[in-house]
Amino acid sequence: MTAFTSAGSAATAPAAGLLDAVSPSTRVGTAIAFAVATVALDRLPLLAAALAIAVVLAALARLPAASTARRLAGMDAFMLAVLAFLPFTVPGTPLFAVAGLSASAEGLRQAVAIVLTANTIVLAVLALVGTLEPVALGRALAALKVPEKVVHLLLFTVRYIAVLKDEYGRMVLAMRARGFRPRGNRHTWNSFGWLFGMLLVRSFERSERIHAAMKCRGFSGRFYLVEAEIASPADLPFAAGFGALMVLLLVAKVVW
Amino acid sequence: MAHIPDGVLSAPVLIGAAAATAVGVAIALKRLDSDRIPQTAVLTAVFFVASLVHIPIGPTSVHPLLSGLMGLVLGWAAVPAVLVGLVLQAAFFGFGGITVLGVNTFNIALPALVIAAVIGPLLQTAVNPTRVALLGALAGAAGVVLTAVLVCLSLGFSAQEYRPALTIVLASYAPLAAVEAVLTAAAVSLLRRVKPELLSVGEARHA
Repeated sequence: MTAFTSAGSAATAPAAGLLDAVSPSTRVGTAIAFAVATVALDRLPLLAAALAIAVVLAALARLPAASTARRLAGMDAFMLAVLAFLPFTVPGTPLFAVAGLSASAEGLRQAVAIVLTANTIVLAVLALVGTLEPVALGRALAALKVPEKVVHLLLFTVRYIAVLKDEYGRMVLAMRARGFRPRGNRHTWNSFGWLFGMLLVRSFERSERIHAAMKCRGFSGRFYLVEAEIASPADLPFAAGFGALMVLLLVAKVVW
Repeated sequence: MAHIPDGVLSAPVLIGAAAATAVGVAIALKRLDSDRIPQTAVLTAVFFVASLVHIPIGPTSVHPLLSGLMGLVLGWAAVPAVLVGLVLQAAFFGFGGITVLGVNTFNIALPALVIAAVIGPLLQTAVNPTRVALLGALAGAAGVVLTAVLVCLSLGFSAQEYRPALTIVLASYAPLAAVEAVLTAAAVSLLRRVKPELLSVGEARHA
């Protein structure tokens, strides 16, 4: 939740370093292309090469090492179960045995490939896109022909996440002041239900006021993106160089 | 709690779910008056903030999914709302992934739509507070269970090798389903008393 501040900017964005020279839509476009290409790679040495590219991007973007590492390590619990099962369910050369079940080298390889792919893409996206201001992301998506309504929904949502985070903080503080300590029991879950319900009510009322205020200022249901995105001279070389690397990796996969 | 990362699913599953999500977003956008975008965004932001809260259960904690409540409050607008939430989480938090945006949106938004269509109308006519709470509990639990089933289907259709783990994947959602049943029952009962128009499944407000 730290990523959004009341000013509507991402706190994760320190200084994007050299990547700042590249326009947001080129960064978003290359991040998507990189994700698609990496998912297609599937061979460990090639995935390692893709990871190296992502690490270089992260260095160029000057991502903070500690908090980035924490983000990479995070994975939902159900995925851990899937990964832990893989060595035992993929047939192949036995590697070791646990409780009579033998783990295969092929299965382990597949689990490693998944972890590498997922983290490589997350790292590249955090470097290329995570360092953008959310507003710049919205403009980039508009330039990439994402429907206007989705872009506006995204921009307004970013704005209100910051506002509601503060509101949520005030409500939790009020609950704590009255002795509420979250524990794993029904009372806690009920209280969170009421808390979210009340947050919805207050936000809904807030949104009515916003709507009225916008109407007052002549809002007719159409928005204009104030600043169109400006192409940068670094875009073409960056996209071309990046594209060449991707093609190289994909060719290596095919001929291997 | 339902973020499948990149590199796990097969291309047919990714492409199929992305296509279905694109159709869902297109329908939802058609129904969403641009006039109501700020309002929808405020509600989307509520669900985004709520999904980051840790709710303790036993020795661990869970993040709520809230697909049931989202369906009841947002109706069709839940589809772009989920998509926007997942884009922001992937871009700024490193949760989830890029090629899986379609499938992850599908797995959370479809249950929201089903609940809006099935439980929404029942909730409209319910008068008895116990019945309202029970419908809320059903919406909360069903949202989690449907999402869990869709996650399992995405994995199971992608590769044979994932199938043995699916029982455990499904079971891992049980605590969340219990938490969300209680939580959604409380939230729906409160909304019903304080602001019933929030439960009119989006449509009335967007019309």
